[in-house]
Amino acid sequence: MAPALCAICRTARALIKRPKNHAKLCKGCFITIFEDEIHHTIISSKLFFPGEKVAIGASGGKDSTVLASVLKSLNERHGYGLDLVLLSIDEGIKGYRDDSLETVKRNAQQYDMPLKVVGYDELYGWTMDQVVETIGKKGNCTYCGVFRRQALDRGAKMLGIKHVVTGHNADDVAETVLMNLLRGDLPRLSRSTSIVTGNDSLEVKRSKPLKYSYEKEIVLYAHHKKLDYFSTECIYSPEAFRGSARSLIKQLERVRPSAILDIVRSGEDMARLVPGEKSSSCGGCQGRSSASGAAVAEEDVGGCGSTNGRNPGGEIAAMDKQLRENEEHEGLEIDITKLKLTESDGTRQNRKDKQIPIRGPNGTGKVVGRQVLGTCERCGYMSSQAICQACTLLEGLNKNRPKIQI
Amino acid sequence: MASSVEGPQIPISVDFSGGLEMLFSNQRRHSLSIAANDKDGNPSTIAFLIDHLCKNLMKDPRSELFVLDGHIRPGILVLINDADWELEGEEEYELKAGDNVLFVSTLHGG
Repeated sequence: MAPALCAICRTARALIKRPKNHAKLCKGCFITIFEDEIHHTIISSKLFFPGEKVAIGASGGKDSTVLASVLKSLNERHGYGLDLVLLSIDEGIKGYRDDSLETVKRNAQQYDMPLKVVGYDELYGWTMDQVVETIGKKGNCTYCGVFRRQALDRGAKMLGIKHVVTGHNADDVAETVLMNLLRGDLPRLSRSTSIVTGNDSLEVKRSKPLKYSYEKEIVLYAHHKKLDYFSTECIYSPEAFRGSARSLIKQLERVRPSAILDIVRSGEDMARLVPGEKSSSCGGCQGRSSASGAAVAEEDVGGCGSTNGRNPGGEIAAMDKQLRENEEHEGLEIDITKLKLTESDGTRQNRKDKQIPIRGPNGTGKVVGRQVLGTCERCGYMSSQAICQACTLLEGLNKNRPKIQI
Repeated sequence: MASSVEGPQIPISVDFSGGLEMLFSNQRRHSLSIAANDKDGNPSTIAFLIDHLCKNLMKDPRSELFVLDGHIRPGILVLINDADWELEGEEEYELKAGDNVLFVSTLHGG
């Protein structure tokens, strides 16, 4: 087979076939277009402002390493004026996180960025090794996920930073869209597609600049730029190639590569149909809703990619259980969009009557109610309940009562 | 069995990354000699190589992390001399002496 030439420069040999449009590109043109598209996402969704301090949630894995590399390049090339910092969480898992942290330390030197590491031990008084020692391996991902969600925010706060970017990619978003679709949970589906979660009025917002980037291209970018990243599964969730939704997405991609971005876009379109919800998007550049309109912290509990990792069979069930548990704690997630809409509307009662009932996952026709923003009375972290989720888990741990229902 | 076919051998190198190393003795690069032709006398292809790797090189019993239903697991990228195997004919590609084949998993979290 004669080697194909790059569809852009027409001179170099094509090495990459893009999943989104089958374009055959050479290494140089691929790297350029991959970065340009992320720049486009950043600009069209007004992700940053000049002089902003931004923390990159860095695990040492492929996604966050590529994110750091691309943001550094774009910041210099396009003069974003960003002050970039690497923020890592040390869960305290020997033989896993200490190795990946070494990668992050090298990244800090390679990209000339300051690095802040916050440990579960200093934040919570428990390492994950100690948690597992107490409660066993089963269910430990719940603790790790709840702790991590807060840890990134707290780490950012320690640095005086109000914006954390994470390496969530198009495959991750498509996976979440599918999971929420399978559960019939439209409100959460809507929030999960937003490029920004959190809001200026909150202390720390989150965004995912790689939302439209294929995992395949992220790995190829890392490969062709010879980036230094770490890939090993968490030792507490072996077999942690991701779950059923993940496998389904990869199989769909094999048959029809554009499926992943199509799922992301479908998720955004469905999100627009949910009353009171907005989803920022640059898909086709129609959705120009600014960051400040986005919904509040609906973070996937994961971040290490292992959270969902169990055998394919039990996977959806486990995820469903996890999400149901979250649901019971819906109070922790404050939906600012809905809050504003409701309060700015003088005829609140009427409005409520007109609202389309969005069914919750349990099939009831309840309208998702608004929540009141407050702070945890123990730790001061934002929470709409008296005691936040992390403190509730900690209380159980500290009393050595691990089977606590969250 | 495939490896025991008599006849000329060709030297190639095979790399594993993105977490696949753990299935292959935690070693990234393997230099191999494989039969130039399969048992029917046809030139050895990537499909032949994948079968060979499963039977002879993989030390881990979890072969389903590498191969599903006789094909490479979706989510694992294959690069032949740094080019996406989709540009090279995928499993049909006929191996040549000195070829480098990289298997990189996209399935691992960060």
